[in-house]
Amino acid sequence: MNKFYNLTKGILKENPIFVIVLGMCPTLATTSSAMNGLGMGLATTFVLLGSNVVISLLARLIPDKVRIPAYIVIIATFVTIVDLVMQAYTQALYEKLGIFIPLIVVNCIVLGRAEAFANKNNVFQSALDGIGMGLGFTFALALLGTVREVLGSGSVFDHKFISGDGIIVFILAPGAFIALAYLIALFNRIKK
Amino acid sequence: MEYILIIIAAIFVNNVVLAQFLGICPFIGVSNKIETSMGMAGAVTFVIVLATIVTFLLQHYVLNPLGIAYMQTIVFILVIAALVQMVEIILKKLSPVLYQALGIFLPLITTNCAVLGVAILVIKKNYNLLEGVVFGAATAIGFGLALIIMAGIREQLALANVPKGMRGVPIVLLTAGILALAFMGFAGIVK
Amino acid sequence: MANVESSFKNMTLSLLIISLVASAALGLVHQFTNEAIVKAQMLKINSAIEVVVPEFDNQPFEEAKTIEMDGGELTLFPAKKDGELVGTAVKTFSMNGFAGLIELMVGFLPDGTIHKVAVVSHKETPGLGDKMEPQKSNFSVQFEGKNPENFKLSVVKDGGDVDAITASTITSRAYCDAVERAYKALKEGGVQ
Repeated sequence: MNKFYNLTKGILKENPIFVIVLGMCPTLATTSSAMNGLGMGLATTFVLLGSNVVISLLARLIPDKVRIPAYIVIIATFVTIVDLVMQAYTQALYEKLGIFIPLIVVNCIVLGRAEAFANKNNVFQSALDGIGMGLGFTFALALLGTVREVLGSGSVFDHKFISGDGIIVFILAPGAFIALAYLIALFNRIKK
Repeated sequence: MEYILIIIAAIFVNNVVLAQFLGICPFIGVSNKIETSMGMAGAVTFVIVLATIVTFLLQHYVLNPLGIAYMQTIVFILVIAALVQMVEIILKKLSPVLYQALGIFLPLITTNCAVLGVAILVIKKNYNLLEGVVFGAATAIGFGLALIIMAGIREQLALANVPKGMRGVPIVLLTAGILALAFMGFAGIVK
Repeated sequence: MANVESSFKNMTLSLLIISLVASAALGLVHQFTNEAIVKAQMLKINSAIEVVVPEFDNQPFEEAKTIEMDGGELTLFPAKKDGELVGTAVKTFSMNGFAGLIELMVGFLPDGTIHKVAVVSHKETPGLGDKMEPQKSNFSVQFEGKNPENFKLSVVKDGGDVDAITASTITSRAYCDAVERAYKALKEGGVQ
């Protein structure tokens, strides 16, 4: 197996959103524009990378019975770091993503990777896995954000290409569900 | 009057699942059958109300006075995780019947973002304890409502001939989208 | 490869150490970002003040005055040039937005005429309610140069003088509500 398989698998083959279908809440909530989706994806990637590295380092020192609370503390620490840093340096984006930044802590992807990968593999592979999964997540969010922004506002990354409004329902809640439904169906189709 | 507004807003206008996108994982995961949905809804209501009370007291009597409000995330999630464990243990001892009904859902609740979401929102919205509890309970009812409606639809959907690519998650999401459209009709009833 | 034994001592010890290290790390990051967070928030308020009142040379922040009203706080920032009052920026709010809280900065000239209005924060729907932002539509322009004394601050539908944003009556109402409240605060706490 290719050494860098763990880096690339998350993007298509084991994409956390389109294939494994984990971490739906931020996916639907923060993708009303491409930029928001991208920002949320990168924040999550940082947490994934940090928690995967630390957990793979400490895995053998943590007694089995308390591993979940221990992992949660480690993940929550990284989430708070992202929270504080974004609040300080990217305030506009921070306000748009709002409550979904602290909620990275309950994103099933993060704890899922810790439990399924990081505590069984070495640091290097865990770091690759974290980055790969994070980028897969980011890719999914940015793609969904772009689709919704194009249809809903008629713009891409805030660059408008039509005058007037788009199909507004796509930036509202129902559009999030509908757009994601068709993206996953499309992904299923491509995979075959 | 104010409480009625909070309740209606939390159940219908800003439904946790269909408008705020919290608790989507269990919404998709356990909405196969009406019966399991009711179990999940009950367990979530229980934990949300408890968690709201405990986190509210912690925020106002421990974190804020100590000036470490930035520890919110880490403290809240630990409280919720511990609470879920405790509820599980107590329920097992006191009411085996209730435990049988809710037991399997409890471990799933720790990572239900609606619980942590409500705890944080109560602080953000500057509610007092009673308002917080009312908001938490109403949010949980909204969650249960969405879950049970969805389960009802999915029980019917199981008999329908869904196109191959849309089977599984996509058709559930699409249904949720249409439900969300319907719920948008509630917008405006609470100014 | 075996994990540390799950004895009571090991479990307590490992959780304790992890929590301590996590708290210490967060304390450090907090110290590091705290200043930047405060600065970023001040910068945001300051730039909003600069937009809504005529040119000034004092430090409105130092002469700010807060007024409690309708369960919230309004802040009056007097803007002076050569010691003379040229306008007052009022940071106001409304809880009635489509998605809850809306915060505006309303600039008044000394005679009570509205100079300009800026949006401080909101969570309104992109493509609909967010048209209250000056860069997204002309909605806010209709307030400029109007004196609330003879300009009824409610939407036409409710018998007022304000043209609502299409399909966003709730947002428009909340916007009027916030401006109205700012005017009340100005009357009450009028800095001369």
